[in-house]
Amino acid sequence: MKLLRLAPENTKFPFMRFRRVSYPLSAMLSIVSVLLFLFLHMNFGIDFAGGTEVELRAKSGHAEVGALRVIAGKLDLGDVEVQSFGNQSDATLRFGTQAGGQASAQQAAIERVKSAVENDYDVRRVDSVGPRVSGELVQNGILGVVLSIFAVLGYLWFRFEWQFALSAVIATMHDLLLTVGFFSLTQLEFNSSSIAAILTIVGYSLNETVVVLDRIREMMRKYKKMSAAQIIDMSVNAVLPRTIMTATTVFLALLSLAIFGGHVIRSFSLAMIWGIVVATYSSVFICSPMLIYLGLRAEEAAGRDEEEKRAAPQVAAKPKPDARRAKPSTA
Amino acid sequence: MLRFAKWKIFAILAMTLSALLTVVPSTLSPAQYDALARALPLWGKPPTIVLGLDLQGGSYVMLEVDKASVLHTMAMSLRDDARRILREEKVAIVGGVGQQARGVQFRLADLNDAAKVLPKLKSLMGSYTNRLGVGSPPLEIDDAGDGLIRVSVTDSGLTERVRHAVDQSIEVVRRRVDALGTREPSIQRQGDDRVIVQVPGLQDPEQLKVILGQTAKLEFRLVAEPGESPTDTEELEQLDQPGKLSVEKQVMVQGEDLTDAQPGFDQRGGEPVVNFRFNIRGAQKFGEVTSKNVGRPFAIVLDNKVVSAPRILVPITGGSGQISGHFTVEQANNLSILLRAGALPAKLNIVEERTVGPGLGQDSIEAGKRAAYVGAVLVVGYMLVTYGVFGVFANIALSVHIALIFAGLVLLGSTLTLPGIAGIVLTIGMAVDSNVLIYERIREESHAGRSILASLDAGFNRAFATIVDSNVTMFVAAAILYFLGTGPVRGFAVSMALGIITSIVTAVTMTRMMIAVWYHRARPTKLPI
Repeated sequence: MKLLRLAPENTKFPFMRFRRVSYPLSAMLSIVSVLLFLFLHMNFGIDFAGGTEVELRAKSGHAEVGALRVIAGKLDLGDVEVQSFGNQSDATLRFGTQAGGQASAQQAAIERVKSAVENDYDVRRVDSVGPRVSGELVQNGILGVVLSIFAVLGYLWFRFEWQFALSAVIATMHDLLLTVGFFSLTQLEFNSSSIAAILTIVGYSLNETVVVLDRIREMMRKYKKMSAAQIIDMSVNAVLPRTIMTATTVFLALLSLAIFGGHVIRSFSLAMIWGIVVATYSSVFICSPMLIYLGLRAEEAAGRDEEEKRAAPQVAAKPKPDARRAKPSTA
Repeated sequence: MLRFAKWKIFAILAMTLSALLTVVPSTLSPAQYDALARALPLWGKPPTIVLGLDLQGGSYVMLEVDKASVLHTMAMSLRDDARRILREEKVAIVGGVGQQARGVQFRLADLNDAAKVLPKLKSLMGSYTNRLGVGSPPLEIDDAGDGLIRVSVTDSGLTERVRHAVDQSIEVVRRRVDALGTREPSIQRQGDDRVIVQVPGLQDPEQLKVILGQTAKLEFRLVAEPGESPTDTEELEQLDQPGKLSVEKQVMVQGEDLTDAQPGFDQRGGEPVVNFRFNIRGAQKFGEVTSKNVGRPFAIVLDNKVVSAPRILVPITGGSGQISGHFTVEQANNLSILLRAGALPAKLNIVEERTVGPGLGQDSIEAGKRAAYVGAVLVVGYMLVTYGVFGVFANIALSVHIALIFAGLVLLGSTLTLPGIAGIVLTIGMAVDSNVLIYERIREESHAGRSILASLDAGFNRAFATIVDSNVTMFVAAAILYFLGTGPVRGFAVSMALGIITSIVTAVTMTRMMIAVWYHRARPTKLPI
């Protein structure tokens, strides 16, 4: 049986030289992301902005967005956003925290909406978040992202050299920034499940990075005389088939979620798809070349290797005979 | 690597089998499930996957104790206490007792009276806390030395009272929600000042909010007569008509003296009413007051609003009565639920509400299933065309991986939410990553000129460290999401974390076993990847 190969065999792509293109490109994209965030803003859902969202389905025919706007306009709710989606019989109505900020005012507003539309629409979902709760959700979201970055930084520091940990975190921040830009540009709703998407992107981005870094470390121990740039190029080429393969399987799973998973998690799935594209790119083009700028040399990794050997001789003794055997074939 | 102890193979097969058995009850229809539960009487009902509110429909309501109203109540009762002490000790003050946001202040006419008043004020501490002697005092007594004395509620006194109010509220809320007759409602405290109520499969979420949103403090008071002192009376709004009614501040009987309340119909007009019964103390007091005040109207006051103000025609000594107030059947029903469950100790505000109708929940389940099937088929197909027979091994491991996730959800009793389904679909894509890492490493080693056996061995051994490192990073993200996330998002974190753990077991150990068995049977001369 002829097997499918997406990645060509034994590539010798000069990834390190490509950093002269990838760094300015990423710098530009990062700046654009910040600008998009500052000028377009993200479309915060009620989880973070506070307010109420009511999902309606027309009892017959299509949801009349225009008519709903007129009805909602008469209810004294402040700004009301009306959107239809899906198969056109569904619509959402979104309005902010009611003046005065009292919980009872918000409940009364929901009541008014329900009784105004109940003849023609079924109420399928009501989400209402008070200002204090939304403030806490924002806080928890930011805390989660920051904590996860520090936790992983700590783990990588423990497992690898500091240059590895730092470059992994820089690559992850780059992915985060570009994801924020993606949310600002597409105006996809940013809510609690978007935080889940962001944390998963952080996890995925680091997962990708760790796989590349692991190989770089291994190669550095094996070929102590080679330059860092050569080693990094060789390592990235070696893991390239795996990188492409995994990105594809995850992409397929996410694509299925985005198409069939329903509107509730669509913004999550789309953000994740963007996230794996960016994370795959950054692990190859941002993180690995960063090691050179951070001044990593083969001797350092080797030095760490010696330390490990002293600490745990039975574990570290293993790679040695392998390295000797592998040399003639790859050199 | 290719020697696998028999017991290891057996252990893996046993694990797979028990995972499948654990999941089976969750896949049955209700009728089949009942039949199974009857057939297995020894172990009780087999556990099934609990669906989150976003999938089965239902309401999530977060209530918060209204701190401002608790503080107001405390400050008001401080004023009453201060007045009582001054009266009892016969102490003269300059001006009146001044009400402040957190308490009261007054100025003594004679500085020497401070010695009489201060000990009495200090003895109030006990009635403003439930944990005397623990923590900081609930009241701050400020004596400037020039006769001005200020008594105010401290932050810790307020926090303590709010916390106590939450404890009491949980009981009342539970009685109210139970009266709705839904299955498995959940009522939990959250932090110092909140209660979370989760009610699955509710037909009328509006009723839940109506019965949660009211304090339901019921009082019977006499309507003020012309000429009564304004300090003893107050103007209250009326529910069934505009304008205010002046009623006495003195309460005849309170709602806590009720033993029962039932909706019914008025015998004359046929209008919905609430019939109630007093306990012995309530019946006695009510009998006394009504005997003395025949001909006067009295007010039935609910949450400081007059429901109705009937005239006392004859003394009511039987201990039962009727509340009428132009109710609808629904209102009479709700009011009787509230009166039976008792009043909340403080006002509760709805600060977060998430209600999903049963239709949307069902749609979400369908959408989640479809996404999972399509995603799985795509990944399985892709692995098959890329790795051939090794792809088959990876796919078998993948199916066991999915079974293990569901078994984990069942055993942990964790709820499956829509983001949780998304997490499972995502782990389908990610679980094969471990296989990919191993297989690609095997190919590499084989290209480097190693024998089949050596390549297989090196592939598994070398890839393992990478697999652990890369999965730890994903696990950290999932763990943080679990601790900081709420509701459905938490479900996502659980599926992700479970998926990461099970994928290491299945993708590494199981595939290794299958390849070992395959190697011994097929004796390949060439790697099939």
